[in-house]
Amino acid sequence: MEDDKVFKALADPGRRRLLDLLCETNGQTLGQLCASMQMTRQSVTQHLGLLEEANLVSTERRGREKLHFINPVPLYEVFHRWIAKFEENRLGLLHDLKQALERDAP
Amino acid sequence: MTTPSTADRSARFVYVTYIRTTAEKVFEALTRPEVTRRYWCHENVSDWQTGSGWQHVRHATGEVDLVGKVIETDPPHRLVISWANQSQQEDPAAYSRVSFDIAPRPDGIVRLTVTHEDLQPGGGMLAGISEGWPLVLSSLKSFLETGTGVPM
Repeated sequence: MEDDKVFKALADPGRRRLLDLLCETNGQTLGQLCASMQMTRQSVTQHLGLLEEANLVSTERRGREKLHFINPVPLYEVFHRWIAKFEENRLGLLHDLKQALERDAP
Repeated sequence: MTTPSTADRSARFVYVTYIRTTAEKVFEALTRPEVTRRYWCHENVSDWQTGSGWQHVRHATGEVDLVGKVIETDPPHRLVISWANQSQQEDPAAYSRVSFDIAPRPDGIVRLTVTHEDLQPGGGMLAGISEGWPLVLSSLKSFLETGTGVPM
């Protein structure tokens, strides 16, 4: 399930930090990302691997460098599957409440 | 905040989505107005020949929101277009560049990569597309896999 990978990737604060860093400046190299992370280069590489597997990070080669880009598309899919649905219910409840209250109005 | 320099066009976004469909259907979904409007609420209108213009037209009102030119086309694998607000169409500096790369895989899933580059950091277009592309691409995926897009 793709959603599982997304949730698993987001479950770690280090990986969320990496996404935040890419959100601030998109298209960073491993070296640039490592400079902002308090962990070994090896750990950062592993975290980026999981993010890439979840399709939350995409990479592009530019000459000898590999640039990392945040890819928010799976987040939108998760949003629509898991959040928008409940929001819809809530709006439905408000709509019913409004109708009920208006019906009772003098 | 400082005003972004119009000369700096270094911002770039790369969006990737995996869709259970064919490359032909993805290409068609990007280039046929009657299909684009079903998941994008806009029609992409052009004859899609290299050098031709294209327009991004609001389906509900017919208003043209974006314009540009077809830079490169290789159906159903690649399409490159320039991209600017209709209101800035006379300003060459306002144009950014969008590439669609459509790569089918042996497992019946297509990898669609949208690269939007030559954008001004901090500019309005960048803010717009950062919100827009993830929504459009998840709507496209949903449309091609289930027949309905996501509400916009």
